[in-house]
Amino acid sequence: MTNHWIDLRNADAILAIGCNPAENHPISMKWIEAAMDQGGKLIAVDPRFTRTASKADHYAQIRPGTDIAFLGGMINYALQNNMIHEEYVREYTNAAFIVNEKYDFNEGIFCSFDDQEKTYDPKAWAYAVDGAGNPKRDHSLKDPRCVFQLLKKHYSRYTVDMVCSITGTKKEDYIAVAKAFCSTGRADKAGTILYAMGITQSTHGTQNVRATAMLQMLLGNIGIAGGGVNALRGESNVQGSSDYGLLFHLLPGYLKSPEFDNVDLKAYLEKWTPKTKDPKSANWWGNTPKYTVSLLKAWYGDNATKENGFCYDYLPKRSGNYSFMKLMEKMGKGELHGLVCMGQNPAVGGPDSLKTREALGKLDWLVTVDLWETETSIFWKRPGVNPKDIKTEVFMLPAASSVEKEGSISNSGRWAQWRYKAAEPVGDAKSDLWIINQFATRVKKAYEKGGAFPEPITKLSWNYGKGEEPEVHMVAKEINGYFTKDMTIVDKDKTLEFKAGDQVPMFKYLQDDGSTVSGCWIYCGSYTKEGNQMARRDLTDPTGLGMYPKWSWAWPVNRRIIYNRGSVNPDGAPFNPKRAVIAWDALEKKWKGDVPDGPWPPMNDAKEGKYPFIMLPEGHGRLYALDMKDGPFPEHYEPVESPAKNLMSKTQTNPAVKIPANMSSDTAKFPFVGTTYRMTEHWQAGAMTRSLPWLVELVPTMFVEISQTLARAKGIGNGDMVKVTTERGSIEAKALVTSRLKPFNVQGKEIEQVGLPWHFGYAGMATGDSGNVLTPSVGCANTSIPEFKAFLCNIEKGGKRA
Amino acid sequence: MAVSRREFLQGGAAAAALILSGKKAEAGGADGTQLRTKGLKSSTTICPFCAVGCGLVVHTKNGKIVNIEGDTQHPINQGALCSKGSALFQVANNERRLQKVMYRAPGSDKFEEKSWDWALERIAQKMKDARDKTFKAKEINKKDNKEYVVNRTEGMAFLGGAGLDNEECYLWSKFARSMGVANLEHQARI
Repeated sequence: MTNHWIDLRNADAILAIGCNPAENHPISMKWIEAAMDQGGKLIAVDPRFTRTASKADHYAQIRPGTDIAFLGGMINYALQNNMIHEEYVREYTNAAFIVNEKYDFNEGIFCSFDDQEKTYDPKAWAYAVDGAGNPKRDHSLKDPRCVFQLLKKHYSRYTVDMVCSITGTKKEDYIAVAKAFCSTGRADKAGTILYAMGITQSTHGTQNVRATAMLQMLLGNIGIAGGGVNALRGESNVQGSSDYGLLFHLLPGYLKSPEFDNVDLKAYLEKWTPKTKDPKSANWWGNTPKYTVSLLKAWYGDNATKENGFCYDYLPKRSGNYSFMKLMEKMGKGELHGLVCMGQNPAVGGPDSLKTREALGKLDWLVTVDLWETETSIFWKRPGVNPKDIKTEVFMLPAASSVEKEGSISNSGRWAQWRYKAAEPVGDAKSDLWIINQFATRVKKAYEKGGAFPEPITKLSWNYGKGEEPEVHMVAKEINGYFTKDMTIVDKDKTLEFKAGDQVPMFKYLQDDGSTVSGCWIYCGSYTKEGNQMARRDLTDPTGLGMYPKWSWAWPVNRRIIYNRGSVNPDGAPFNPKRAVIAWDALEKKWKGDVPDGPWPPMNDAKEGKYPFIMLPEGHGRLYALDMKDGPFPEHYEPVESPAKNLMSKTQTNPAVKIPANMSSDTAKFPFVGTTYRMTEHWQAGAMTRSLPWLVELVPTMFVEISQTLARAKGIGNGDMVKVTTERGSIEAKALVTSRLKPFNVQGKEIEQVGLPWHFGYAGMATGDSGNVLTPSVGCANTSIPEFKAFLCNIEKGGKRA
Repeated sequence: MAVSRREFLQGGAAAAALILSGKKAEAGGADGTQLRTKGLKSSTTICPFCAVGCGLVVHTKNGKIVNIEGDTQHPINQGALCSKGSALFQVANNERRLQKVMYRAPGSDKFEEKSWDWALERIAQKMKDARDKTFKAKEINKKDNKEYVVNRTEGMAFLGGAGLDNEECYLWSKFARSMGVANLEHQARI
């Protein structure tokens, strides 16, 4: 989230697209309803009439996987009807930037596409630069090669009629939504966009997200109270696990994991440290060397020296894609000896899950660390297999629950909140911290006697106390970081003295010479000399906007609304004084309110002013992207399995996505659109809820939702067993016939949808078939997230026997 | 003293809802609450389900969790919880929770109980074997035919982390990379 949960109450319009907060984030409705009490409008855009839709002022039905058409149409609507925040667009986005002559777009394909490799060369999309090497700009926004004009041209094709014939939305509903949301383009209005997996789980998921961000920038809604692009994250610490780099392409703090040709620390920093020649650009990622070296010092301690490149050589270097789906593919080929699952259940949670379950049998060994038996840990005795045939050795380790250990988790709004241990773990269960510490210390000991390149392990700095349980506060302090030697730092008019071992107060004091340690730079400031900031429980709210700056701690630097320099005009005055996030006090020469996005004076300050989008080298929000794998503008393509032809161009699906074999758009075999989703009463792959009697009583079994028209056509009654089939497999479930689902009118044809929760499996107290048996292993061009939300299926009465 | 309906309800709710954390607990005052709360300890926590980050209060008696409820002082949920959050008590008290280290030998049709020490030693050895056997120090890049140092363990993958604490995620990340694991992924990817 750019903003945070309580801030939803500050919105004049809330667009929930590809998410269902009333169902999946129920407490967020407290703040959505607080906004509605003040006259704010709730807009729900979803294939189904959801719990959120039932509370909404406007509901628009959308066919799964057509979000870019929907959002592109809103971009066009805002531009055509002069509803954009013009000053914001001109000053704070790259609208005025001139694009080089090579840029071109034709029939769904941008320039520089390699049809063999299915890749673009994004260099062809670069800005045109002046003699000094800075991007050329036209502040009048009239140059036909400026981003604003290219954007206008690109989205002029997204007319209301065109959009509605793609998305299946009723025209009057669409116009009502566009009008209600685009009305927040005024300086005194705020609109927020909420999204979740309905946006991301798509072969063009990243471009879906970009489309939301672009609409928000056009409306001047980024950085303001009640605005932002807000991902409603589904797992209690999926924010934190991303922050700490548990993804193949990342190191902690969103540093990139090294690639094979980043041959040494110098080459790595050269590659990943962006540069600018514009003195008004803060270019915050220019600090990459400080954060990288501080991380390496946290990992390799005194062994990391300037001479040895701070042990950079010890890090693994990637060559290609190691995303979840690729790993499952590798596992299926028998290329993995071992797999460790820390509370993850790939036998239910991943796409094409029959394949994953088979692939688990190719492992030599599997370790699961969980509170429960999961479908993954008992895959060898799943229905229909003979355990004798499965040679995998399985270790099922009992983990402590969240109330049986101490530590922090980060919510969607980036608040790191501390939890306390209330009781000892049940039985022999142990905290994950203890288990990881045991793995590390035992492996380390084994490598003391030798092995393949042992140094990365034997030289690892790993000392978290002498007790049986590692000292979680020592870990939290290492994450924050400390000085390795006595330091004097001059910061403007202040001279600061630090002793070796002192906690670093904030990341601007981290160094690239080895004098600081920080395990995750974005958390620098979370555990300081003043103590554990994440444990704070002070309810003061000086701005009155619900930011509660002394409740827990938010990364970065306790900033509650990021990009908040976008909430003020170039002179530092709030666009909306009634909801001022920050304001420049010219007399005192400082910012008031939230922690500003950098200390510099407002942008118009000739000497020190900076552009607001400090994480980009050009300092301006990107309406036109330079580094996406599938084009600078989001363009509508159909999902890989689709009942419709792409009306927007001759390019049917995202050209930068390679399509695997087990996909089918044969609508004679699979005439219906399938989509998966979650519900309040169960959670993710189900292990945490399907064994709780209270929740099992509420939702005891797997079901599929269908419309009354489809039920009639197929002779299916409410509660009948049905069989749902895709190119990947079949499942059975009870039919839930409901008026909440309606068919879509797609190019003159009525297309029915089949809705499937994905929480079920064969382990635990309440069991049922898994929705993900049906879903395809094809993913987003940029992130490789699977296209769970839109595929083709058939449905028949009579369960598995059908 | 005149009491509005709203104030009455708030007071009543405070007494009835067993609000034990902080100052409000002492202010509750009703006899029934005193009886129910006597000898209980309380501590705060954050919900382990979705990422709204709702606060809860956990009550224990003689080391056992006897009640979990919404934290009325928490600014996000102000005491409210959804059905999952309300059921956290049954995560803490549940006969289906794993209590023992379990091991399944190749081809076996059952789990058998093992000690932590036995299992951890064997896992550490398996991890080391997988790394030793599949460690790739260098590789030739197909595009430029040049040799690069990659220091990567090919044959082992680590999954998960969205249910771990930040400090656990950090150590997992640190351990994985020290082991040369490039196959490091979690729930955010799917």
